Amino acid sequence: MQIQPILAALKKHRLATTLIAMEIALACAVLCNAIFLIGDRLSAMDLNSGVDEAALGVIVVTGFEPKQATDLNARMVSGLGAIPGVESVHVVSSVPFGPQGGVNGITLDQEGKHVGAVVQLYQGEAGSPEALGLKLVAGHLPAAADYQPILGQDYMPLSSQVLITRALAEKLWPGKDPLGKEFWGAKYRFRVIGVVANLSVSQYTENGEHGAEWCVFVPVQAGGLLAGTYLIRAKPQDLERVMTAARLAVPKIAPQVVLDHSGSHTISHLREQFFKNDRAMAGMLVGIIVALLGVTALGIVGLASFWVAQRRRQIGIRRALGATRADILRYFQTENFLIVSFGIVLGMVLAYGLNLMLMQYYEVPRLPAYYFPVGALVLWGLGQLAVLAPALRAAAVPPVVATRGV
Amino acid sequence: MFAYYLDLALHSLKRNKMLTALMIIAIAVGIGASMTTLTVMHVLSGDPLPGKSAHIFYPQVDPTPADWNNPRHPLAVMDDRSALELWSARRADRQALIVQSPVKVSAPGVDRPPLQLTLLATTSDFFPMFEVPFAYGRAWTPADETSHARVAVISSDLNDRLFDGADSVGRTVRLKDSDVRIVGVLKPWRPTPLFYDAQGGFTGNGYETSYYARPEDVFMPFQSALEVNDGNFFQFTCWGGGPPVPGHLEGSPCLWVALWVELDSAAKVADYRAFITNYAQQQKTLGRFANTDTRMLDLVQWLDHQQVIPKNARLQTWLALAFLVICLFNTVGLLLAKFLRRAGEIGVRRALGASRRSVFAQYLMEAGLIGFIGGIGGWLLTLLGLWLVRRQQTPYADLVGLDMSMFVTTFALAIVVSLLAGALPALRASRVAPALQLKVY
Repeated sequence: MQIQPILAALKKHRLATTLIAMEIALACAVLCNAIFLIGDRLSAMDLNSGVDEAALGVIVVTGFEPKQATDLNARMVSGLGAIPGVESVHVVSSVPFGPQGGVNGITLDQEGKHVGAVVQLYQGEAGSPEALGLKLVAGHLPAAADYQPILGQDYMPLSSQVLITRALAEKLWPGKDPLGKEFWGAKYRFRVIGVVANLSVSQYTENGEHGAEWCVFVPVQAGGLLAGTYLIRAKPQDLERVMTAARLAVPKIAPQVVLDHSGSHTISHLREQFFKNDRAMAGMLVGIIVALLGVTALGIVGLASFWVAQRRRQIGIRRALGATRADILRYFQTENFLIVSFGIVLGMVLAYGLNLMLMQYYEVPRLPAYYFPVGALVLWGLGQLAVLAPALRAAAVPPVVATRGV
Repeated sequence: MFAYYLDLALHSLKRNKMLTALMIIAIAVGIGASMTTLTVMHVLSGDPLPGKSAHIFYPQVDPTPADWNNPRHPLAVMDDRSALELWSARRADRQALIVQSPVKVSAPGVDRPPLQLTLLATTSDFFPMFEVPFAYGRAWTPADETSHARVAVISSDLNDRLFDGADSVGRTVRLKDSDVRIVGVLKPWRPTPLFYDAQGGFTGNGYETSYYARPEDVFMPFQSALEVNDGNFFQFTCWGGGPPVPGHLEGSPCLWVALWVELDSAAKVADYRAFITNYAQQQKTLGRFANTDTRMLDLVQWLDHQQVIPKNARLQTWLALAFLVICLFNTVGLLLAKFLRRAGEIGVRRALGASRRSVFAQYLMEAGLIGFIGGIGGWLLTLLGLWLVRRQQTPYADLVGLDMSMFVTTFALAIVVSLLAGALPALRASRVAPALQLKVY
């Protein structure tokens, strides 16, 4: 197939060709970035919580006084534990996707000069790391004696033996063994006795300087400030039923407290709620992409149909002079390929520019290079599909047309 | 002439139905997508106090210590001492302190489980300053504030839930452990965004969109609220080890109180700026402040500064506008092909005496007609898009709807877009040389 005559024909329709190429270029730019943003949202939703989500639920109550905490904890743990199917109930400060946990700045020295990171402190009573299903990768879990009471007006024990995540260990002491290392948060001292594979913060936001898994587990005794959030473990197949029963049981167990209805669910449900905005955003982007490809395809179909109708006589002449149907079909396919290729070349530049803009204003990462060939393939494919029907119609033009008048 | 061109345009559109349908669909989809996102932006970026927001200001000072490595001076809220000193100086036309806290609410004699709601500790100027509408009763008086009276104003929503919407002025609600007398009940009130709470970072859980949450359900005089709900107050941030007693922030090294002022003239604004600058200087001399940074933005500037509009909504708007441009290119390409196909017809008209201008007008008319029909399609698609937005569980979902101004904008945008799209093809059509075309025939 000779490209020369096609280019000559396109030159005659310079403006229309340029416009459709521009449309494809813009589509290419938006397409690459939209697919990339979808990937970005999906990977955000992939957050590894590090706990046995399928087997865990949480009950959150508020509206009680610190002096009632010990009594409330005792009633809730025994009351919820009596529900058939419940394997264990533990008092914790929060869980991944649960209530907003305590977020603190920590330092690597007692004087508070060497800032380490902003981390979330999870507190839990004896047995809660096991109930959460945390996977230990180094050191050991807190022993019974490590679970200390919170005294007076303190937020936690003054000196604790804690678990940290692998991600936090790498952040605080890159490449070093974290076991036995110490860090401080104001007057509270922490010593690392174990490292867990994963544990995500309860309400991760991408704004600001903190990691999704910069977490510390502090072993404490229930009571005082540690009350109101109860981790329930059950077999995955029982969990939904157990949580419904638990929500109904709370008013009977503790009539004076207020159950947080939206926050008392299985962790899987809370996870789904937590990511609903990301899901909505991804859905919206998919909608944009579909509409975008649709409109671009319609543009190509419209223009190609038009050109076929306009060139019926010429096609007839070519057929009469010996061109086969396949020659005509290929002519229109090649023409479309050339236009789309112009568009793609320009589109790559635009896609890169759009990405730079998004990076600056929306803290989006850099577009990986492999998106460019993928976007190009999608548009080439779309162009060929769109042009197929008009091109087949052109190929069906009989040679006899050449002998008729306009 | 208008009617004649309209007739010609309709004729021409009917001649090639497929192409016409393609152009109308492209315009409709582009308009639908961009109007959906623009309507959401219109709702999110509305002025919560139209006509008054230019007189409402948010003064800030910076009480944080010198060794505190804080890149954003001053932070969103103040300590209670600074806020109270600025408030009690009464240098503005009106001034209101603001602190939120979670509170347990029940009503004696009403049989329903207690509710966990938000209590707004504020001062009496809050209601006239923010034009809060009352259904029953009125705000408390400054005298109630000085006497630490146990009085409250409740939202219409809470009044419905506790008292079935009856006039509950004089009745009692129990907040935590205290009985408080109701002095006022609000009409339904939903400022958008919830500007006076726009201090960021409080709720942790999706705080970006909490600016579109509902207002608080219980309002109490500042000091009374601090007493009634003691132990349930949360800091924005603290230094020096935090509050000595958790939940009790008075006198602690913590930031937790906001101040809003109303200043009715430019001179008063300048005076108030000087006043807070002097205050910061004076506090530095006293050794209480390390930084003398101050800031006083008006309401709209403050919302802007806090980046109240969710980033996702902005991003969607840009994508939708890019999409509209693509639809525009599409239409230009198709119109161009279509108009130039009729070069012969144009040649005849020109030869018979039509001016370039009238050929241009005729083809622009055709483009405008496509825009109008596309606008109807776009309007229907916008309604569909907004219905989808309302189904998402965002705090602003219930606010999103197409008001009159956005309805008009939809059609204006559709027609402007298609006139823009039609201008180039119509110009090309009007440049057709009649002689060349007539030769063919």
